Amino acid sequence: MSEAARFEPPISEVAEPFWDATREGRLLLQWCTACARPVWYPREVCPRCLGSTLEWRESQGRGVVYACTVEHKAQTRALEAPYVVALVELDEGVRLLSNVVGCPPDRVAVGDRVQVTWEPLSDGRRLPLFEPDD
Amino acid sequence: MSMRGRAAIVGVADAVSPTGELATHGRALEARVIREALADAGLTLADVDGVCHGQSSVGLAEYLGIHPRFTESTNTGGSSYEIHVEHAAAALAAGLCEVVIGVYASTPRSDRRHGRSREFQRPPGPNPMVEWELPYGMRMPMGPYALAASRHMAEFGTTSEQLAQIAVSTRAWAGLNPRARHREPITVEDVLASPMQSSPLHLLDCCLVTDGAGAFVMTTAERARALPKPPVYVLGAATCHDHSMISQMPDLTVTPGAVSGANAFRQAGVKPSDVDVLMGYDSFTITALLHLEDLGFCAKGEGGPFVEEGRTGPGGLLPMNTNGGGLSYTHPGQYGMFLIVESARQLRGEAGPRQVRGAEIAVAHGSGMVLSVMSTLVLGTEGALS
Repeated sequence: MSEAARFEPPISEVAEPFWDATREGRLLLQWCTACARPVWYPREVCPRCLGSTLEWRESQGRGVVYACTVEHKAQTRALEAPYVVALVELDEGVRLLSNVVGCPPDRVAVGDRVQVTWEPLSDGRRLPLFEPDD
Repeated sequence: MSMRGRAAIVGVADAVSPTGELATHGRALEARVIREALADAGLTLADVDGVCHGQSSVGLAEYLGIHPRFTESTNTGGSSYEIHVEHAAAALAAGLCEVVIGVYASTPRSDRRHGRSREFQRPPGPNPMVEWELPYGMRMPMGPYALAASRHMAEFGTTSEQLAQIAVSTRAWAGLNPRARHREPITVEDVLASPMQSSPLHLLDCCLVTDGAGAFVMTTAERARALPKPPVYVLGAATCHDHSMISQMPDLTVTPGAVSGANAFRQAGVKPSDVDVLMGYDSFTITALLHLEDLGFCAKGEGGPFVEEGRTGPGGLLPMNTNGGGLSYTHPGQYGMFLIVESARQLRGEAGPRQVRGAEIAVAHGSGMVLSVMSTLVLGTEGALS
């Protein structure tokens, strides 16, 4: 995967702390302090209580593959097919879309343990990907 | 106040082609199917006082030169047209209007050949999908459906062979429909041998990309009884959505159809075993399988065994997607209109060689975006009303 051709996500105002932390390889999650639950994706208010008492906490970056697909036709020049697109359920309880890298695509299965790994973006941010957690 | 039986579909039309391409496009194509649906209903444009369109009912009404008092532009992707029927039925029942038309036309196949641009317009500025999903190269729209299939397989042991059987049974229906895009029989082996797209979905697990258009005309039950063709009554109609992006879907094996279906059946006073024809949006084989479970035709997780041995094909216990479906009949991008048109034809006994004998109750179940927005219509004949 060449870093240059990866689609680089825009930064929403609310997610600035998330993207800043990626520069140091830290994965942050929003938590609603009223509900004591994590919130994904980042937003201005908690989708359960509409409260705005959201704080950023560091995630362990570990989880399991909830669902996965091997894309046989590349959708971007950054990724050479076949590659894995997966929904990763973090141990904190939220689900993120990502890629699972670092092993042959056909070896990734639902239920596999994975951990975060980082792909550099051109502006110093890093994109969270996942790899097998052996 | 119950909506049951208060409004009816009284005219339908669709335009498709075995080549997958149509000669007209845009408003001209919309106007053609509206004209045909109005003729089918025995009504004229002068009777119309309500308009539904998935992009702009205002623009359409201006083009047609009409001044509707009911206007509906809900766009939920493929299920938009079921929602239009639901909202039109409610408006007719409440006396807001008398005659409503709805239309859909899209020509992705010929647009591509003629260089008419239909480029995906990325919404400006950060939005959740662009920020959190686009970087990962998930193929749209099949990626999210592939994720759902992978989860269903892992949780319930559903197999690629079982998914393939849905494509095989649907193709068998298409074989009975001279207007279908693909009619030659296929086997489970053919599906499994077709190129893998987003695993576990093969090419033949995926819907077509064709031109197509359709329209419906609705009116009140009272007025419907005075028209030439037998009315197709709206017995129940309900909608539910629970996410927009696939990462936000609460459970990838349960769609919001579990809610819309139960509500529509309850309104209609019928149960799945009463249904003679199921038109279940088949953007992919997994989509149709999830409908079977969520609408209650079988228990959660049992969709795979349920479809085995052609249960949903011609001669099967549950005729599903009798026109050949999005998998073999037509799929211009938003397939929901064609579910309504085929349901009406079956309930009027106009389906020719593919007619389900004595069909009295049909379900048109639309699915929009990425398993996001489900809308269920329970439709019935005069006989089903009493």
